[in-house]
Amino acid sequence: MDVVTQMQRQLIQYTSSLFQEGFLDDQFNQLQQLQDESNPEFVVEVVTLFFEDAERLLNELSKSLQVEQESIDFRKVDAQVHQLKGSSSSIGAQRVQRVCIAFRNFCEQQNVEGCLKSLQEIKQEYSLVKTKLETLFKMEKQLFAARGSISR
Amino acid sequence: MDSHKLTALVVDDDRMVRIIHGKMLNSVGVKNQVVQNGKEAINVHLSGQTFDLILMDLDMPIMNGIEAIKELRSMGICSTIAGVSARSMESHIQEFMEAGLDEYLEKPLNISKLTSFIHKFYVTN
Repeated sequence: MDVVTQMQRQLIQYTSSLFQEGFLDDQFNQLQQLQDESNPEFVVEVVTLFFEDAERLLNELSKSLQVEQESIDFRKVDAQVHQLKGSSSSIGAQRVQRVCIAFRNFCEQQNVEGCLKSLQEIKQEYSLVKTKLETLFKMEKQLFAARGSISR
Repeated sequence: MDSHKLTALVVDDDRMVRIIHGKMLNSVGVKNQVVQNGKEAINVHLSGQTFDLILMDLDMPIMNGIEAIKELRSMGICSTIAGVSARSMESHIQEFMEAGLDEYLEKPLNISKLTSFIHKFYVTN
């Protein structure tokens, strides 16, 4: 099997695993379908925006929950989680989105422990999906380069 | 009417959503503009522009979706307006419909929801 075919197969398998393990859902497929020659970096661009938004929101959430328990502004925390839920659902980051839903329930109950636990979970899930997506993009880039060097 | 002749306005405070919904509309041949909140949506209409479709987010700063839709309808704007939101609670959908919108679409949008919406109001012959 030549290198390019092998790389293609690995990319397909890796991408499949991300869906099977629930890291990504159909929204990610939607983004891939929107990518074309006029905008070949569309998926990377949108996912990069997600990384920026998520990191900003996770910082804000940490600050919002670092205060004295009695002074926690649950409405503010909920608004921040709502934004993160929106961003993650836009790119199909399913596991992050699911923790956001649980997090919002804790906000509604004004359950501090639940909120703190959810924040930790979101940070973990975000870190995982970020690593997975960066790996995916790296594999795509390597495949593209390998194809390009063959056609010369 | 062929979707390739339709125009749309995307109103959402989330830049990822503006980019994605704009691209989705482009992919089905609908020329579109994007703005960040209800007030900008009003201003665009005050400048004389109209659109066949408006995708209006519910939660936005400065002027939210419901206020914007009421204002647009009172200005005599007859565009087909879809309220777009991550919320699915019955009461909010009702509030939206009572404000004068034609359809409610749940986020995240996908191509199939978008084309169903367009075909519902603009049947391709």
